[in-house]
Amino acid sequence: MAALLGRSCRKLGFLSSGHGARRSVSTETGKSLNLYSAINQALHIALDSDPRSFVFGEDVGFGGVFRCTTGLAERFGKNRVFNTPLCEQGIVGFGIGLAAMGNRAIVEIQFADYIYPAFDQIVNEAAKFRYRSGNQFNCGGLTIRAPYGAVGHGGHYHSQSPEAFFCHVPGIKVVIPRSPREAKGLLLSCIRDPNPVVFFEPKWLYRQAVEEVPEHDYMIPLSEAEVIREGNDITLVGWGAQLTIMEQACLEAEKEGISCELIDLKTLLPWDKETVEASVKKTGRLLISHEAPITGGFGAEISATILERCFLKLEAPVSRICGLDTPFPLVFEPFYMPTKNKILDAIKTTVNY
Amino acid sequence: MALRLRSSLSKSNFFNILRYNNLGFGTASQTTRHLRTHDPTTLLRVSQNPITRFCNTMAEKLSSVGEHEDANAQVMDFPGGKVAFTPEIKFISESSKERVPCYRVLDDNGQLITNSHFVQVSEEVAVKMYSDMVTLQIMDNIFYEAQRQGRLSFYATTIGEEAINIASAAALSPQDVIFPQYREPGVLLWRGFTLQEFANQCFGNKSDNGKGRQMPVHYGSNKLNYFTVSATIATQLPNAVGAAYSLKMDKKDACAVTYFGDGGSSEGDFHAALNFAAVMEAPVLFICRNNGWAISTPTSDQFRSDGLVVKGRAYGIRSIRVDGNDALAMYSAVHTAREMAITEERPILIEALTYRVGHHSTSDDSTRYRSADEIEWWNKARNPLSRLRTWIESNGWWSDEEESDLRSRIKKEMLEALRVAEKTEKPNLENMFSDVYDVPPLNLREQERQVRQTIKSYPQDYPSDVPL
Repeated sequence: MAALLGRSCRKLGFLSSGHGARRSVSTETGKSLNLYSAINQALHIALDSDPRSFVFGEDVGFGGVFRCTTGLAERFGKNRVFNTPLCEQGIVGFGIGLAAMGNRAIVEIQFADYIYPAFDQIVNEAAKFRYRSGNQFNCGGLTIRAPYGAVGHGGHYHSQSPEAFFCHVPGIKVVIPRSPREAKGLLLSCIRDPNPVVFFEPKWLYRQAVEEVPEHDYMIPLSEAEVIREGNDITLVGWGAQLTIMEQACLEAEKEGISCELIDLKTLLPWDKETVEASVKKTGRLLISHEAPITGGFGAEISATILERCFLKLEAPVSRICGLDTPFPLVFEPFYMPTKNKILDAIKTTVNY
Repeated sequence: MALRLRSSLSKSNFFNILRYNNLGFGTASQTTRHLRTHDPTTLLRVSQNPITRFCNTMAEKLSSVGEHEDANAQVMDFPGGKVAFTPEIKFISESSKERVPCYRVLDDNGQLITNSHFVQVSEEVAVKMYSDMVTLQIMDNIFYEAQRQGRLSFYATTIGEEAINIASAAALSPQDVIFPQYREPGVLLWRGFTLQEFANQCFGNKSDNGKGRQMPVHYGSNKLNYFTVSATIATQLPNAVGAAYSLKMDKKDACAVTYFGDGGSSEGDFHAALNFAAVMEAPVLFICRNNGWAISTPTSDQFRSDGLVVKGRAYGIRSIRVDGNDALAMYSAVHTAREMAITEERPILIEALTYRVGHHSTSDDSTRYRSADEIEWWNKARNPLSRLRTWIESNGWWSDEEESDLRSRIKKEMLEALRVAEKTEKPNLENMFSDVYDVPPLNLREQERQVRQTIKSYPQDYPSDVPL
């Protein structure tokens, strides 16, 4: 099926970082790692560099269902890396308490689809902990990691992209990496950021994406979007696994003479409006793409903001190519997904508006 | 013929099949007799192999199976350990015949119950406990009236639960971290929060260490190790468990203590927290103020267990039921529980039975759902203050004169604190935008700019007591 073929293209090396922005990490060489190994490395470094950091969640002890926590319990001990009971509200609530005492609590939610029992703790406790106390207390040491996104066969409850719910919560940060190298640097930034962060990992890329990842400790800044491909005719904005699909669309558009600028947002809350604004003022066109359902998706926030800031520069309406407004279907996944061809069509429509 | 075939199988398999398929070949005693002929060492070796714990194993006769006098009692291995089995269909009753008894030291009249066990308190501690209970009562009455007069937007009293607040606080150390619900200001009071500080938070003025962001009674103090109140019910419970785990990891001589009501025990966070506390072996005290009411919902609409105390066992947590209106019993129970929690690295559940004499809050008139007589009875006959007062007076530690001196002094201080708090200006506008994150992000700086623009154009839309 086309979607699966498209997905398998991810195996072939990775998204090249554009030139121009400060990006010393991208030119470094390292070891070839997949996404779960890069995340695993970040966790090893995090626990090694701060003795008051902890990793816990369901099944993390043996390495986790996606192998992201491999070797941590053996190396750092069961007091610091441990399984929890099957209870997301307990996991996050416990993590908030641990973070409130000055520790780094790196919490794993097994699938983003299961994060909702913890939503109250995240919204009403974690996000407001510092503000409501007049800065007497904070739980900035909390980082919540969860695999998100389509995987080809995940259906309703192993494929969701819930980022939009969290982007509506002042007080937390929402970060989504696109590749192994990005994931390691971003995760270390999230862990060390003095605010509670939700970090969604594109599960499809856990094994499929392979990239050179520097072996040392490095951090990629939050709230800084990256232009990963420069162009002049249209700006595309996305995050996570969707960027691979978008890049394929850009490559094909180029064959038809359309020059696309592709931006990885990386941090969705607080998001880097300035980079997107500058790009759209140059190109005059914007297309946003995400797997999450289109209605109320984060693309709407980007669209509304860019309209406010760039109205007179826009040559065409802002386009959103997103998941459909259905629960994530199994057999119908290829129809649901924002595919390369849907994006390509939208690029052409927008450019020819 | 068939029998001979079967006997060609190993005898152990044969009896295995008998037992698990319940073919009725004789009674349990017959199978046991046959099993006894096997080499016991072979059986032992198999069942002690950790891998086979997760498979069907041979029944092994254990003599140490507890109360089983029956020589034929047999035991099975499952994940989780050995368990004796029974051929009877027997359900554990939904409740014990008798309710769990309630620990108390002072009777309703404040007399020491003979043969009561309790942790001795010094005169200094006892008098401070009593004085603080009086202070709390006066503060509650004055704040309540202030709300009725329109000077405060909202208030919630602790009337009837002064002993739970003060006596539990007295039994803790200042390093124990508190995760309150919202009816425990007495714990702060004990630790040294001043009347002025209470008033400042209620008025949300610039001296409020919460910076005017929350409703009255949402106190917090990092100096006094009291985490800021949030109105969401029971969310503090799992937080307390994480904090307790941190104290354990740091090997501190301290525990986490969290309070909640009978209503709070119905929340999912209660279940999550108790289960986590038991598994993580966290030194945390769960103190439930079972005061009979969750706003208008009586406990009979809240749960069908024998209160809270029986729920501890479900999680593997040691529990006790206490008379929450008996300061000495509360003190002793909390003191003992704290020792256990820290030295044994375990959670403890304390159910303090009491009665919510006041309304749920100033937004509630509880006479709409309960009789004024009932409220009055609890206020008079089972009053926590009068019981402790009788006891300290009987020790010669208190007098009528000291009582009236204290009351008039506190009343004066309280009214002055109210007056000062009311006059103090509010925190300035930038405090709306700070502390959402450690540093305000660009979108908030932009929004502050926009709000300030709007204020210039329409000052009449904005309160004049918030400095810009």
